[in-house]
Amino acid sequence: MKTYGKFAALILVVIGTLVWLAAGGVRDSGTYYKTIGELRQMGAEAQGKRLRVGGDVEEGSIVRTGGQVRFVLHQENLRLNVIYEGTDPLPDTFRDGAQALADGKMGPDGVFRASKIQAKCASKYEAKPGTGAAAPSRAGV
Amino acid sequence: MENLGALSILLAFCLAVYAFAASAVGGWLKKPYLVVSGERAVLAVFALLTTASAILVYGLLSGDFRMVYVAAHSNRDMPLLYKFAAWWGGQEGSLLLWSWLLSLYAAIVVLTNRRRHRSFLPYVTATLMGTQVFFLILNAFIASPFKMLAVGREITAAADGRGLNPLLQYWAMAIHPPMLYLGYVGFVVPFAFALGALIAREPDESWLRTIRRWTLITWLFQSCGILLGAGWAYAVLGWGGYWGWDPVENASLLPWITATAYIHSVMMQEKKGMMKVWNIVLISATFWLCIFGTFLTRSGVVSSVHAFAQSEIGHWFVGFLALIAGVCVFVILNRLDYLKSEARLESVVSRESSFLFNNLLLLVSCFAVLWGTLFPVISEAFTGEKISVDTLFFNRVQVPIGLMLLFLTGVAPLVAWRRTSVASLKRNFLFPGAGALVLMGALFAAGVRHFYALVCFGLCLFVAWTIFLEFYRGARAIRVRAGLSLPAAAVELTRRNTRRYGGYTVHMGIVLMFVGFAGAAFNQHKQVETVVGGTFDIGRYQLKVRELREGANPNYVWNHAVIDVFVRGEPVGVLEPERRFYPASEQGTSEVAIRRRLNEDLYLNFAGMTDDQSKAVIQAYVFPLVSWIWIGFWVLLAGTLICLTPSRVKVRGTRAGEEPELAAEMAAAER
Repeated sequence: MKTYGKFAALILVVIGTLVWLAAGGVRDSGTYYKTIGELRQMGAEAQGKRLRVGGDVEEGSIVRTGGQVRFVLHQENLRLNVIYEGTDPLPDTFRDGAQALADGKMGPDGVFRASKIQAKCASKYEAKPGTGAAAPSRAGV
Repeated sequence: MENLGALSILLAFCLAVYAFAASAVGGWLKKPYLVVSGERAVLAVFALLTTASAILVYGLLSGDFRMVYVAAHSNRDMPLLYKFAAWWGGQEGSLLLWSWLLSLYAAIVVLTNRRRHRSFLPYVTATLMGTQVFFLILNAFIASPFKMLAVGREITAAADGRGLNPLLQYWAMAIHPPMLYLGYVGFVVPFAFALGALIAREPDESWLRTIRRWTLITWLFQSCGILLGAGWAYAVLGWGGYWGWDPVENASLLPWITATAYIHSVMMQEKKGMMKVWNIVLISATFWLCIFGTFLTRSGVVSSVHAFAQSEIGHWFVGFLALIAGVCVFVILNRLDYLKSEARLESVVSRESSFLFNNLLLLVSCFAVLWGTLFPVISEAFTGEKISVDTLFFNRVQVPIGLMLLFLTGVAPLVAWRRTSVASLKRNFLFPGAGALVLMGALFAAGVRHFYALVCFGLCLFVAWTIFLEFYRGARAIRVRAGLSLPAAAVELTRRNTRRYGGYTVHMGIVLMFVGFAGAAFNQHKQVETVVGGTFDIGRYQLKVRELREGANPNYVWNHAVIDVFVRGEPVGVLEPERRFYPASEQGTSEVAIRRRLNEDLYLNFAGMTDDQSKAVIQAYVFPLVSWIWIGFWVLLAGTLICLTPSRVKVRGTRAGEEPELAAEMAAAER
């Protein structure tokens, strides 16, 4: 049984370490999904937390200046100013009218500072009348 | 035409149901005529699905825009290759591809096993056809590829299609999904064999050797698929480098991890009769994860950078996944006595235990990936808040796991079965270990302070050294006996035991990939706005924007930047990153320009113009050592192919725990 004891100890150490690392990873990278409305309700509480906000990119609102990209996300009639300051290039699907997810933190000035943007193709592309076909998918995988 | 296609699918569905029932009943009641008729139905299913697929492909190639699928995924101006690739460019077509591949595999299984494994083959066929029935339900009733455009009762044609998603119009993309599918679908076969043998309580374990080949080939397809995806992500911008822990990427990685674990641990069963329950659990899990991965990419349960096709087929998948899990758990629990282990672990430092830890780590890794991928769903269920984790979480867990696995890659093949003496440890590991420490010291002195990168480089040297020693020692022994030169002796050695030395070659490929991964610790990035004639620096490069061009072809509109690259004032080349806009789908893409070298890649993206159109926005990156990932992949491919070639000296399939000579021969550290 002594051998099995050693095994158990080793396994515990390995798994324990990994669980500890995983817990830290969740703590440091956990991001809350919020709608623009929920973000408004949170008020000052929203600052400092990592958030992910979704909405449509307002037509004509994308402005590129000096390595920064500013745009407006809107959902129904709520609007949110966003500044993208991330290092990754913006996805090709990010453009006027696209559905976008901005990942970042709320600034004290009410402007959302995104470090990451995900975007899906605009809905007008998905729903052409009469076809009933869904959005272009990345071929299955 | 389209009616014929839909009819083929419907008939295939009926025949698959029949094949399932006939095989299961025939196997149970031992009625050979039912079994044979079931097998013939399998072949008919394959023929019918081939017809349906051919009709769809013909529609795509000929531009039959009356068909919804063709109108949505093809157009007149696309190159032929992409018209063909549109087969798997959308939901319905890719599900048909799934079905067709499954029927192809099932047909191969039936044709190659007409005389082998008769006692449990009916159950294998039944498992395959059960899966086939599920996918045919989707093809026939939920996501039919043969829907027509209709206004009122008239069938109409669209003027032109919307074309394949431009991001998919890249050469690697034309082969990446079929590769992954070949992998995903292929794991059904080993699973079917394992389940079939278990149901029939098959006493003879020769089927393990039959499915070893399947598993390896499938594993290879899956590896190719994942790496092609990585290569595509790297060269087609917007996915964040070659790997971003995106749910869809994770979905393809999960079964790969469990399959890797299975390929290792099944050796324990083959050689020592151990870990039988574990193996059946692993192969079931692999199959389950394949279906789960297919589900994840189609149901939209988690958000992803990949645009998902939202649809209702999610419920069907959940049902099927629950069914598989239920069947597996029931059969395994019901047959536990058959899965009894024939030996037990004796020492912590032994081959057995290194297999155990390899499996443990792979499984923890798989679990962590799954956990991270599903975290939004899990957290919402428990706390009501949807929380997601990103690359930071994955890297924090996976990097140490990867390094531990790398360590085991070096150690495991060289420790003996049962237990290992201190003397042999010293003989095998003293120099590689010392070498690794010296390398780490030297790198530290040279200014490398990244902890994981240091450890990774050290381990890479350690593992490469042990692999080299293995080849060297074996080759030296042969050289003396056969009078060959050392390289010729190494080739001869490999041919005598392809499993073992092919396995080492695969390990070498993994080592090279890790060198590439470690390079990511030193990435550099810069974004500039510059006018024509402007210059900027990144790393050791000076870049000068020479000119901006634009133009158009029927498929897309392009504009690109011509950028001269200098190193210490010497011109070393010209890079031309390009932006494209596809009018048919109203989408843009970036064609990055990459200067690939063994030490580092210079990677330029033309992000567009500033709003006043006066300056070009250029993103420049230096990615050290990335090329080694692709080189490692080729080595891995070669190694797996070596494993698949039969050894020249037949290694007997008996268990050899007692004879050290034979045990060493059979210690195939294969992947």
